[in-house]
Amino acid sequence: MSRFEEELKNNNFVCSECSKCQKIVWPPSEYCNKCFSGVTWRQVSRNAILLEYSYENGECFCLAELEGQIRLVGKILEPNKLEIGQKLVLEKCDYDGSEKFIFKTIE
Amino acid sequence: MICNLRKVGIVSSGLTKFAKTEVSVESLMISSIKPIFDNTKNLSQTDIDVVLTSTNANEKYLASIVSELAGISPKISHSVESLCNSGTNCIVSAFSYISSGLADVALVTGAEKSNSPGLVLNWDKSRGQYRHPIYWSSLFTSSHMRKHGTKMEDLAYVSAKNHRNALDNPYSYFDRSYSFEEVMRSKNLTDNVRLLDCSMPCDGAASILLASEDVIQKFTEDPVWITGIGQRTLSAGFARSKNLSSMYSTSLASQDAYRMSHSSPSTIDVAEVHDAFSICEIMALEDLKLVEPGKAAEFVKNLHDTNNKKINPRGGLLGTGHPLGATGIAQTIESYQQLQGTAGKRQVEKAKTALIHNMSAAATSSTVLILQS
Repeated sequence: MSRFEEELKNNNFVCSECSKCQKIVWPPSEYCNKCFSGVTWRQVSRNAILLEYSYENGECFCLAELEGQIRLVGKILEPNKLEIGQKLVLEKCDYDGSEKFIFKTIE
Repeated sequence: MICNLRKVGIVSSGLTKFAKTEVSVESLMISSIKPIFDNTKNLSQTDIDVVLTSTNANEKYLASIVSELAGISPKISHSVESLCNSGTNCIVSAFSYISSGLADVALVTGAEKSNSPGLVLNWDKSRGQYRHPIYWSSLFTSSHMRKHGTKMEDLAYVSAKNHRNALDNPYSYFDRSYSFEEVMRSKNLTDNVRLLDCSMPCDGAASILLASEDVIQKFTEDPVWITGIGQRTLSAGFARSKNLSSMYSTSLASQDAYRMSHSSPSTIDVAEVHDAFSICEIMALEDLKLVEPGKAAEFVKNLHDTNNKKINPRGGLLGTGHPLGATGIAQTIESYQQLQGTAGKRQVEKAKTALIHNMSAAATSSTVLILQS
């Protein structure tokens, strides 16, 4: 397992950030894709914005954005009156062979 | 930027019937190469300078294997892989070898098995547990519906039209069509993507022979020329897409292709567009500027109601099946036949200029070719 996957398994969502220009590199990588400097891993804020969503067998999945630039596809628990641009929180993340991102809406 | 290139034309082509088989990738390729040798005058193995293979299969040294099986000792041979637009990218590579003068004749062959490893992009961490393409297509659909008011009925017309067109394509996976009502009733995989809104992964192969303007007359009196090429990759990860209601890489690739061929959307007589899902045809028509944004659904319904074959006459990916590495080459073969006037019941009258749109992984990459007779 990679560092990223190990952290996810412990419900930590970390991302690579350039140690020189502070650019977030997502999906994670060893080097900054702007200046090719090395990266460090840092905790990502769990606050997210809903960009788009759909449903599969009654379960809601969505594209959400964290820190204004990290976009990922995850599940929304108990979705209620969803609106594009509304606030979500990354409730849980996990790794079991694939990455899992679970969001909840914020009242 | 593009100057002093030699013209590159299409000489001949071959296909296998799209199906589910026990046949290997190299055998599929050889089966689609055979018709090229059967039907091309004055062609011998020694004429072929380049052999390129297009596939997502985990086959090693495939272009060399196919060369040996076809009795060819090429100057240049290798594979090209870029998920679903491998086929047109392979053609672009062959075009470049010929136009630059490195080669005169190139054989491009593409094939895929229905269980291709190219169906899911495991690298893309941003997709989370939603790795299968139906999820990005469902989010595209939500976004297009939100922006343009697109309805499930609009998507059903895409699928019904393309399945009906495929009935006249002897190489199609399906041996029956599906009506608008059948698409509407087909099983929902997500709330806005039904089973019949999805293209079918299958086995299939397609091959095409290209030659320079300097030697092409040896093989054919009736070549079709590749006059426009645009290829753009914006990212690999789905979540980098800025706007889910349009496919920006398609828009950029088409601008380059129109410019190179001195053509415009209004001069396109017939088009193959990458309808991996129903929503993709609607978005592609808008991004290729063949219709105004938000007008594709109405345009497609009109094509359906009037049995107009201008868009996806061979049945598209929805009607024909989608063997990834073969698809872009099969699209190009259809366009070649349309411009030669040999498309039979699928023929669009007086077609002089054709466009091919082939894309990968939620349109993170697109290729557009323009052919002229």
